[in-house]
Amino acid sequence: MIYWEIFLAFFIPGIVGYGGGPASIPLVENEVVGRYGWLTVSEFSEVLALGNSLPGPIATKMAGYIGYDVAGIPGALVGIFATVAPSLILMVVLLGFLYKHKDSPKVKRMSSYVRPAIAVLLGTMTISFFATSYEGAGLLQTIIIIVVSFVLLEKLKVHPAYVIIGALGYGAFFLA
Amino acid sequence: MKQLDLFLAFLRVGLLGYGGGPSSIPLVHKEVVGKYKWMDDDEFADVLALGNTLPGPIATKMAGYIGYRVAGVLGMINAVLATIVPTIFMMIILLTILTTIKDQPWVQGMTKAVVPVVCVMLATLTWDFFKKSKDSLGWKFAVGIIVVSFLLMEFVGIHPGIIIGVLLIAAIVKKDKAPEVKQSIEKGVGM
Repeated sequence: MIYWEIFLAFFIPGIVGYGGGPASIPLVENEVVGRYGWLTVSEFSEVLALGNSLPGPIATKMAGYIGYDVAGIPGALVGIFATVAPSLILMVVLLGFLYKHKDSPKVKRMSSYVRPAIAVLLGTMTISFFATSYEGAGLLQTIIIIVVSFVLLEKLKVHPAYVIIGALGYGAFFLA
Repeated sequence: MKQLDLFLAFLRVGLLGYGGGPSSIPLVHKEVVGKYKWMDDDEFADVLALGNTLPGPIATKMAGYIGYRVAGVLGMINAVLATIVPTIFMMIILLTILTTIKDQPWVQGMTKAVVPVVCVMLATLTWDFFKKSKDSLGWKFAVGIIVVSFLLMEFVGIHPGIIIGVLLIAAIVKKDKAPEVKQSIEKGVGM
């Protein structure tokens, strides 16, 4: 049942992803690339690259597009619903309870305990992206693009959309 | 016309917020507190704190909850859709175009060149999460969780959701040091 699988693939990252949408990226990758094999690593990186160069929340963009890719418009709706609804419903329903405990050290500890695990997921994902790039573009090109985009993004604070567009142009000419 | 205001406010947030949900929080603040005055600074801070105690994307939690407060269930649906729908459409259109021409060599070159850029973005995100873990837990404890969860995920093959579930339970079960209680006891003794 494809819709049920789509629901699960986005429900799990939505319910365990502490730290907003970006924290759920590796969890989504784990389901979509690792478990169900709907996308390859480089297809997932296209989704992520485009997602990062467009505005708006990243988790719902991924859910909407991947759901659409797997099972059309109903698939997109299921993916978005599974991402958005559970935490939103919890927030509205548990409001009184949460409000009472929002300053509790337990609640603050929850996100700080989860953060290192998310760091591990992001780290392993970085490595698998590096490996994919090494296989596709070769070591030299990979390192050139990594260094240039790191300097542009982190040191010169160029907007990610321009860096992605630049990389696309570079690839169209030099990696074709 | 509250529904229209809600729609416009969150449409702007969705279209102007780059870098995922967390980076759009200041934009939400500008609309909700600054422009429409649906809540004041304290209320907004509370909503944000509440949102952070729950998992899942923060932008849709904020939009949904604020929409609900301002105009009920319809407001909630309205605000969430305004936040996410426009960019999902753009995403589907652009990626569909890319997929139909993906056998062209220059498109394959584009795909190859984008992977290392995403690699850099993920690496900085990893560093960000690592640094925040170190700041809030101390480096020994943070590195401990990192090593153990890495081994469990990569070599034992345990689903990350289960590991995160266990960490959440550990955070709840651990006893609080409760410095405030101690203070009040000392005060009581002094008096």
